[in-house]
Amino acid sequence: MTELPPALEINALTVQYPAPEGGFVSAVEGVSLNVRRGEIHAVIGESGAGKTTIGNAAMGLLEASAHIPSGTIHIGGKPLDMARGSAEGVVLGRDIGAIFQDPMTSLNPLFTVESQLVETLRTHLKLDRKEASAQALELLRAVGIPEPERRLKSYPHQLSGGQRQRVVIAAALACGPSLIVADEPTTALDVSVQAQILKLLRDLCDTRNIGVLLVTHNMGVVAQIADRVTIMHKARVVESGPTAEVLRRPQAEYSRALIAAVPRLDVKLDRFPVLSGAGDAASAQARAAIGSGAGRVSAATDGSEILKVDGLCVDYRSAGWNPLAKAQRFRAVDNVSFAVRKGEIFGLVGESGCGKTTIANVISGLVRPTAGQVHYEGRLIEGKGAERRTGALRQSIQMIFQDPYSSLNGRMRIGSILAEPILFYKLAPNADQAERDVRQLIEAVGLAPDAAERYAHAFSGGQRQRLSIARALGPRPQLIVCDEPTSSLDVSVQAQILNLLKDLRDATGLTLLLISHDLAVVRQMCDRVAVMQAGKLVEEADTDTLFDTPQHDYTRNLLSLVPTLDSIRGEPLSSPLSQPLTSGNNHG
Amino acid sequence: MMTKSVALKLGRSLPPLSVCLSGGLALIIIGGAFLAPWLAPYDPTDLASYDLMNAEYPPAFVEGGDPRFLLGTDNQGRDLLSAMMYGARVSIFIGGGAVLLSAMIGVFLGLVAGYYGGKVDALIMRCADVILSFPTILLALLVSGLARAVFPQAASAQWAPFILIAALATHEWVQYARTVRAATMVEGAKDYVRATKVIGLPARRIMLRHILPNVMGPVLVIATINLAGAVLTEATLSFLGVGMPPTYPSLGTLIRIGNEFLFSGIWWIAAFPAIVLVLLVLAVNVVGDWLRDRFNPKLRARS
Repeated sequence: MTELPPALEINALTVQYPAPEGGFVSAVEGVSLNVRRGEIHAVIGESGAGKTTIGNAAMGLLEASAHIPSGTIHIGGKPLDMARGSAEGVVLGRDIGAIFQDPMTSLNPLFTVESQLVETLRTHLKLDRKEASAQALELLRAVGIPEPERRLKSYPHQLSGGQRQRVVIAAALACGPSLIVADEPTTALDVSVQAQILKLLRDLCDTRNIGVLLVTHNMGVVAQIADRVTIMHKARVVESGPTAEVLRRPQAEYSRALIAAVPRLDVKLDRFPVLSGAGDAASAQARAAIGSGAGRVSAATDGSEILKVDGLCVDYRSAGWNPLAKAQRFRAVDNVSFAVRKGEIFGLVGESGCGKTTIANVISGLVRPTAGQVHYEGRLIEGKGAERRTGALRQSIQMIFQDPYSSLNGRMRIGSILAEPILFYKLAPNADQAERDVRQLIEAVGLAPDAAERYAHAFSGGQRQRLSIARALGPRPQLIVCDEPTSSLDVSVQAQILNLLKDLRDATGLTLLLISHDLAVVRQMCDRVAVMQAGKLVEEADTDTLFDTPQHDYTRNLLSLVPTLDSIRGEPLSSPLSQPLTSGNNHG
Repeated sequence: MMTKSVALKLGRSLPPLSVCLSGGLALIIIGGAFLAPWLAPYDPTDLASYDLMNAEYPPAFVEGGDPRFLLGTDNQGRDLLSAMMYGARVSIFIGGGAVLLSAMIGVFLGLVAGYYGGKVDALIMRCADVILSFPTILLALLVSGLARAVFPQAASAQWAPFILIAALATHEWVQYARTVRAATMVEGAKDYVRATKVIGLPARRIMLRHILPNVMGPVLVIATINLAGAVLTEATLSFLGVGMPPTYPSLGTLIRIGNEFLFSGIWWIAAFPAIVLVLLVLAVNVVGDWLRDRFNPKLRARS
């Protein structure tokens, strides 16, 4: 085995793209890394760090505008021709397998699993139809799909997300590659499915002696399966080495900050440690001003119930084209009851499709429940005989959405977006005052007030999410429903946004209902937590109680599957958590 | 606020050459059309000025041409240049009017259908389907015929353009409605629209202020393409005798007339109006595309 060259060898690679204002920007600069056979090498970094570009460069899938001034790539010892993006005797699909992020789109919906696999096999290995079919079946067995004979004839839409990703892995494995490039292979999957896919990748890597270049942003995933890790920041390698060494004893300041920003499942911290906090004096002052602002009930955290959900059921009907056919009903939320107390952060967790977002939509008035009631401060707001939500009632419940890229209207200036609810509810006597209020809101979420003049596209994802929060604060709500507020953000940005939400809660006495699939985030943020599974509430408890002594099997199972930094591959399991994890200026 | 800043931007940086040329061309054609009574050498609506002796003169720069008639004459001895200037006036008025009216109706109904969905949507879209099942010409004939039956002056030169606009719009709004409905459904499911619902803004405001600007892109594209279609459909209707009276020929009517003579070597009657029509449509398309991108803040930042 030692005489085999590494599966992938990248040397001082620089990839540049033409910049809009002329010249070039480097997506990757002077990056060197090796992926040995039988080894998983993780490339981790925040969005825009250049990690995907490395994967694409290795596969020869760079965009046509990419410019490579220097660097070499060897695949299995064979040099890659940089101009053509391919190496002599190396074929994408045969020698390099690719696994992409979204299993929903990486399979062609018009072909069966069999034909997709057989096509690859026949093209590259020149097998006849029968041999290829047999081989495809073998591959499905290898990736652990239940009932592989039946699944061969299935179309992608008949498979679950995890099964689809297994098929994608099978296709990547089809021709016995020496290298697999996996770009965020589990990001679109639930934790339980993620755990299975990661285990599969690890097993395949070990048994088939394949090198895996794993591109990810999830530190827990790295800790769980990677042998070596390369941390990237702004197109450059910050740190590289064996996983346990890098994660436990990060040398570079950026690595330390990145690792510290990962929400922890084991201990609740007051605030996330962040490098440069949004907690400067001006924004703290603005928050305080909003907190004491007119029309706001003072932070009365007397433990009384602000929101009460009683026996809530929501059915979705599949609206078919045939009016005579019986409509298919799907119960998204099934008899859910819980109460949220004034001033607390209440968490609702569960895997995708468990109905948590539907509950958020009912509370904020976007979806009508089929049965059950929702009370807000003793007033019936949803259910039979509910009063119409207008004026103050409408104002007092606001929402923050998951996707910061679609939650701001791209055709309006930020100032107009934020001023709209203020003017609509006449919370400011005139336009000048409204503009001052808008500036105060922008400052309160940690941005410069001149943001009001710009359009949404001028801001990054994290900044947009801050603006979304500012918009939600505009109507002076009592309760904010946060639907996965950070799940599309980088960890360091996530830490800032979560800190901001906590700061706002402390300054204004807001009540937050936090919907999330991320157990670690919930642990860090929430006072009480409810766990949902398939439309039902399975467990509800104080956060510490729930995480330390989970009662329900489902909760226990979920908790055990979350990849964390507690146990790092290549380390004895009982290793105590060492100190450098809590560094950075811990404000608050 | 928005228009002011756009105006400032326009002043600061000149649009690309193709847009400048197209804009100039469109201005010349439209200006020539609307100033026809002052610029045109003859008045083609004045029957007394025709002389059959002058019929079918080729353009002045071709052998056998008459210097009095720069672009030649048609089969009735009308000066082609004058007829085209007056004809463009009719075409632009009817084409533009039909596009505007159908876009307004279609965008409104599409927004309502896409936003509310359910029964409202079903009602509007089934009406649209019924209308689509008629050919444009048949429906326009029906509308013009009905108009003439109840309103005797409908065939006069004064009223015919409005009847034509209504007839064309009856069919054309469906395209806008379908496009806008689909785009509204997509936009309506996005978080920024959901946010406005949670804030509690009234439906009218959400539709007009938040959704409408985000669905206008395809509408502009359809509108610029439909302008050409409307001009040609008008020509067909005039040819069938329910459009403009023959004494007020439009560009389309001239092309129709010229078409009959094309194979006898008299090419100019069809060619010149057709060239003007193509140039007009092209110019409007280029300018329309540029305006659409210019009004999109996302693209404006990049360019």
